[in-house]
Amino acid sequence: MSVTPLLEARGIDKRFGPVQVLKDVDLTVTPGEVTALVGDNGAGKSTLVKCISGIYPIDAGEFLFDGQPVTIHGPRDAAGLGIEVVYQDLALCDNLDIVQNMFLGRERRSGLVLDEPTMEQMAAETLAGLSVRTVKSLRQHVSSLSGGQRQTVAIAKAVLWNSKVVILDEPTAALGVAQTAQVLELVRRLADRGLAVVLISHNMNDVFAVSDRIAALYLGQMVAQVKTTDVTHAQVVELITAGRSGDLGLAAEKIDNGVEYADTLTTPGAEQ
Amino acid sequence: MTQTKPTADTESQEPVTPSVPFVRALLRNPTMVTFAVLLAIIAAFSILAPDTFTQRSNFTQLAQNVAILTVVSVGTTFVIITAGVDLSIPSGIVLGEVFAVHALKLIGTGGDTTAADVTADQTKAWYILVALAGALLAGLIIGTINGLVVAYLKVPPLLATLGTLGAGLGAALILQNGVNTATYALDPLGHGSWIAAVPNLIPIALVVVVAGFILLHMAVFGRHTFAIGSNPEAARRAGINVERHLLKVYIIGGVSAGFAGFLSVAYFSTTSIGGHSTDNLQAITAVALGGTSLFGGVGSIIGTLIGVWIPAVLKNGFVITGVQPYWQDVAVGLVLIVAVWFDQLRRRTRNRG
Repeated sequence: MSVTPLLEARGIDKRFGPVQVLKDVDLTVTPGEVTALVGDNGAGKSTLVKCISGIYPIDAGEFLFDGQPVTIHGPRDAAGLGIEVVYQDLALCDNLDIVQNMFLGRERRSGLVLDEPTMEQMAAETLAGLSVRTVKSLRQHVSSLSGGQRQTVAIAKAVLWNSKVVILDEPTAALGVAQTAQVLELVRRLADRGLAVVLISHNMNDVFAVSDRIAALYLGQMVAQVKTTDVTHAQVVELITAGRSGDLGLAAEKIDNGVEYADTLTTPGAEQ
Repeated sequence: MTQTKPTADTESQEPVTPSVPFVRALLRNPTMVTFAVLLAIIAAFSILAPDTFTQRSNFTQLAQNVAILTVVSVGTTFVIITAGVDLSIPSGIVLGEVFAVHALKLIGTGGDTTAADVTADQTKAWYILVALAGALLAGLIIGTINGLVVAYLKVPPLLATLGTLGAGLGAALILQNGVNTATYALDPLGHGSWIAAVPNLIPIALVVVVAGFILLHMAVFGRHTFAIGSNPEAARRAGINVERHLLKVYIIGGVSAGFAGFLSVAYFSTTSIGGHSTDNLQAITAVALGGTSLFGGVGSIIGTLIGVWIPAVLKNGFVITGVQPYWQDVAVGLVLIVAVWFDQLRRRTRNRG
């Protein structure tokens, strides 16, 4: 694929005090594709996402959006570029209805008061555009929705704003089989609509079901970014757990360095 | 379902659960339940004391009596919807009174420590405005302190406002040297009738209710208030400045108390530094009776309005029917427990479903 990347992260470094969580991380996200971001617990997936979405400031590196260097100082900047994140814990307000949640923080007004009809119509159009037909009423409180429906609302909220990049943090983690399939289908549809989708997942079945590319993080380093069709389940698992698989991933000696970055008590260069 | 937004209900494309009978749907709406209770109480007293209780003058009197409490309860509704609480209402009211009379003295209306010497026929419109500004300033100060402490210092609202309750009442006593000040400067407002036979406090309280309703149910401000009470983290991620919004909400609580203090001076023609001590609990009772959840995210101004009336009607009815009025406290206490229990039941069934 020779499509120009929409979002590029180059050489991202992030430290929390003495702990280096991300080291020289590169990530390329292409429109129309689902990029799966995989890695073990603590590999830095969530940190990377929070850096991209402006929640954490980065220590080094740069972001390119549409080929132009951009600075992201906060969630507002990210949202301004069209980057939306759907968090694992959904971040919906239970006591508000679907429309209210989708427009939270960006309500439409007519004069001083809320423009409910317009918001309701836009929400309905967005959900219809995503072929979501599982919700009975847009005025249902979110608390009355199932996990899959809630995830759907969260995703629809992210695409409502003509966003260009949608990052999904483990969208299927808490879902049953049927609901997982539903959400994955929705994820695929987002990419087919031309959005750049980043899918964080622990579930290899999900990753292989929808992703076009796989980016693997290992102890804060990006060890491989490959086309999904070029690798097998086993290779990806190796990349996640060992940082390399055959020709892919880190060279043998670099892995030691990687371990040392995670364990800063060890003097750099000291060999066991 | 959506007692939070009665206006939007009618706009729903379709009923959420059309199979549920109408009565059960009504019962699920806490505001409707409370309204039914109020109607039942009114009906009962109307039968027990048909000649006295049902007189128009009795209802006018009732409305005037609840006006001041209505004003603070509207402010309290906002605070409680954010899952907070404002115990400092009495200090807001009393300081509002004190600031109002001090403002009057400041502009040279004369008098000594115990009176601002303006008789009702001497007073001018701008005297009233000056007193109003003083009272609102007092509320603004209390509300701002509450908001800063709760939102930015993260002190639990119960204790933060307990602190400003004591501090504010103390400050009022210091400013007054422990004695009340009488003034008749606000008489045209407190005792007049712009509308024939309707005491001014009633339309004033009504304006506050309508303003509160629009702000809470029809404006972005209210939407964000509900969101913060429902899930502050989600609100933050949606780009809402949660701390600043909480500050504004507590300022609304404080200013409504200050305004109530202004009305109180106007009505009673004196400060009442020893009074209003249970106004905070009365306001919280009214708000909770009205279906606003103390856990945040749920509530309505209309509910609060009904909640204000239930204790008042009970008391009034007991007096008229010759029952010891102290029974009102007992009855309201029980009704309150039942109302909150209902709220819990609803919450549990909803979570199960």
